[in-house]
Amino acid sequence: MPVDRETVRRIARLARLAVDEGQVVAMETELNALLSWVEQLQEVNVEGVPPMTSVVEQRLKMREDVVTDGGYAEDLIKNAPQAENHFFVVPKVVE
Amino acid sequence: MARSSDPTRFTIAEAREALAAKDISARELAQAHVDAVVKARPLNAFITETPDHALSRAAQSDARIAAGEARPLEGIPLAIKDLFCTQGVRTTAASRILDNFIPTYESAVSQNLWDAGAVMVGKTNLDEFAMGSSNETSYFGPVTNPWRARGRNDDLVPGGSSGGSATAVAANLALGATGTDTGGSIRQPAAVTGIVGLKPTYGRCSRWGIVAFASSLDQAGPMTRTVRDAAIMLKAMASHDPRDTTSVNVPVPDYEKALEGGIAGLKVGIPKEYRIDGAPPEIDELWNRGVEWLRTQGAEIIDVSLPHTKYALPAYYIVAPAEASSNLARYDGVRYGHRASGVDDLIGLYERTRAEGFGREVKRRIMIGTYVLSAGYYDAYYLRAQRVRTLIAQDFAQSFQRCDVLLTPATPSPAFAVGAKTDDPVSMYLNDVFTVTVNLAGLPAISVPSGLSHDGLPLGLQIIGKAFDEATVLRAGRAIETAADFRSAPQAWWRPA
Repeated sequence: MPVDRETVRRIARLARLAVDEGQVVAMETELNALLSWVEQLQEVNVEGVPPMTSVVEQRLKMREDVVTDGGYAEDLIKNAPQAENHFFVVPKVVE
Repeated sequence: MARSSDPTRFTIAEAREALAAKDISARELAQAHVDAVVKARPLNAFITETPDHALSRAAQSDARIAAGEARPLEGIPLAIKDLFCTQGVRTTAASRILDNFIPTYESAVSQNLWDAGAVMVGKTNLDEFAMGSSNETSYFGPVTNPWRARGRNDDLVPGGSSGGSATAVAANLALGATGTDTGGSIRQPAAVTGIVGLKPTYGRCSRWGIVAFASSLDQAGPMTRTVRDAAIMLKAMASHDPRDTTSVNVPVPDYEKALEGGIAGLKVGIPKEYRIDGAPPEIDELWNRGVEWLRTQGAEIIDVSLPHTKYALPAYYIVAPAEASSNLARYDGVRYGHRASGVDDLIGLYERTRAEGFGREVKRRIMIGTYVLSAGYYDAYYLRAQRVRTLIAQDFAQSFQRCDVLLTPATPSPAFAVGAKTDDPVSMYLNDVFTVTVNLAGLPAISVPSGLSHDGLPLGLQIIGKAFDEATVLRAGRAIETAADFRSAPQAWWRPA
């Protein structure tokens, strides 16, 4: 089994998901089931095969490095759970 | 064929004709759909109904029609998947984490539709963040398929993730709907609700303003009752958009015109790997009928092989969750959406907000995605999956040297019962076995209703085409539609007596 409970807790922390012990146990089973299912990819010979980086062949688009849009401070904070004077408000970070 | 007297049964093409002939006003057409939406609430197809939008825009459409200035979709009532941001109208992605989100901007695709004159009856239900194949992961509850098996009253799923859009079109609540397709989310629900669903080439429609799931796979497309209607809608939805760097700057053809001309001489590939063990025999039988339909109309049938097909689903379930875990990192409870209360440290705020805001399937995919991208595992999982993806795209490229389109089944089974597969993620994922390859390769494909299962439920056939050749996909789809002559429709059991 590639994933143990400690790994589940570590991944949940990386993903910023609070999990309780019951969820850790359930996720351990689910993640291992999925990872053993995708294990079949190991049988494919990918020697010398480049990873896909662009779905449709196209030249990377370039544009002038200039401001093209902006000035929507009011719109940007409109959906904020807590805002003050065009700032997002979060719990205190520095004591 | 004579038009129905019930305007909710019109096709888009018929409604266009009726509006032009002034047989009906846009306002009457909108009202008929607004009423149908209300009566169909038991289906739970909509998260937000927008009757005011439909009726006020329809009044503007009537003025345009009277002035002789009708646009291509003037007055056509559409349903919009609640993954497309709509200015001033709540957009949830069927997630608690966005249940209070009101965009201040409009998605490129929906803006294109409004610019073409369409009106919106509502925002349709979906699997949470489009992650699912049965519409059962929605925070707003499952959608019920308007179809029921012959002689039975069990609720069936409408497929997913665009299950609300599929139900809205199949139950005559809108003349067409937008969907998005990341692994089959347009074509699979279209197939199991007896409608047409088209996934365009990656880059054909702008992704700007669509809530992101897996950015290298997501693509918007139309869901309609006929192939012609899909052609009409795609023409309006597609555009080059500098705000989406993957939007491709190629001309958008007149797809409706491209339906004409028949399929004599069209080379149709039949990939042998799509005959899978365990699929019901009626799926293979339908496929064989499809081959005969196309042969009879002059197509040349060619056996082809797509040897890496069986690796598509496992590769998808690495690539899609990896991209999802990255895209969904933005939901932090700070800038928009749900925020956990009573937390006094920042990391705790993120963790509680996300734990409360995301449902189980979304968390599962964020966890898988975070794992396969984490230090030490990136090469073994993500990079390998992207290499397999190259092989899958090469399989298609080789086949398309010998043929113009491919014909396959759309789904491995008809609609199944609510709750039947929710305990086993892998069996749920297998619903997309025939559709997911197309997303990995970025190709266009259409699902067309083609027949009924032994117990009277709709089944679809899929046409897959070359990149940016939606025109040929639609023409071949039209040939299937003509031969299948699919006229079955669900009984309106949900309407109050």
